[in-house]
Amino acid sequence: MGVSSGPLLGGDGFLTTKISAVANWGRKHSLWPMAFGTACCAIEMMGTFSSRFDIARFGAEAVRFSPRQADLMIVSGTITYKMASVCRRIYEQMPEPKWVIAMGSCTCGGGPFDSYAVVQGIDEFLPVDVYVGGCPPRPEALIDAVMKIQKKIENEGPPIV
Amino acid sequence: MTSPTEPFDQIREKISGYILSESSFRGESSFIVASASIVKCCSRLKNTLGFTYLADLTVVDYLTVKFPRYEVVYLLHRFGDSYEENLRIRLKVALEQDDPAIDSVTSVWSGANWLEREAYDMFGITFRGHPDPRRILMPDDYDHFPLRKDFDVRDRESSKRCFKRALDEGLE
Ligand code: SF4
Repeated sequence: MGVSSGPLLGGDGFLTTKISAVANWGRKHSLWPMAFGTACCAIEMMGTFSSRFDIARFGAEAVRFSPRQADLMIVSGTITYKMASVCRRIYEQMPEPKWVIAMGSCTCGGGPFDSYAVVQGIDEFLPVDVYVGGCPPRPEALIDAVMKIQKKIENEGPPIV
Repeated sequence: MTSPTEPFDQIREKISGYILSESSFRGESSFIVASASIVKCCSRLKNTLGFTYLADLTVVDYLTVKFPRYEVVYLLHRFGDSYEENLRIRLKVALEQDDPAIDSVTSVWSGANWLEREAYDMFGITFRGHPDPRRILMPDDYDHFPLRKDFDVRDRESSKRCFKRALDEGLE
């Protein structure tokens, strides 16, 4: 992006850019999260959304509980195999482009639950963009993950599917 | 510590016909009941002795520690007017390793419905006469009874298979 202004233009300026850069700039500052909270991490996610940590500062405060209105899935909490098919289905219902944050040790690799029922990492069935470790991660860590997604959108644009 | 209270002795007396033996641990008694008479014993406890609440129904798998292998445990509660009348008692029924089955107490407490489904799901105990004998937590086509002590709790193969099936055919 470049900015030009000068007396030749009568004091007004203009921008030179690409459509995709403008689109990505818009996307990155208005992520609409789909809060897929299944366990304790979801409580920390709620804290991140509310006033003390205020994820609205990063433009991602419009939490939707309908996947059709969201473009960022935050999977926070233990995912069992019985839940996994639901999780995948909800992911598929989200319109493109879309991103996924795996929040917490459970979603990253099963966490403390090395058991018959728990998925050992949601990347078994979802394309994860950012992993956030911790049990649960602090809100700052989730904010950092959102910022990483923003960087990714700025650098790479929408994922290629 | 008080000795077993008087109401407790009365209960013992009223259901003595169904009790095989009694065990005590740290001042709490459990009645061992024959599996054939569990429904009669429970309806007696509910209808004439006021145990209107089935607090929990669960199973213990002793595998090699004890014989017979399984024990179904009923925790009953009576809401009384006074402290002494407020009672909780425990019934235990021993079941053999092969094809463990017992009569359902859903006819006595309808709240037993989900508890018995869970006991079936996790331990493979069949409850005869249950109105809805399906699994409750694990997928319907799951292969194991995961809380049995001879099941490897890290065995995820069956879960994965059920997950794939659920993905392929969409959700029921
Ligand atoms: S990672 Fe820890 S805090 Fe988060 S859902 Fe799992 S057990 Fe709960």
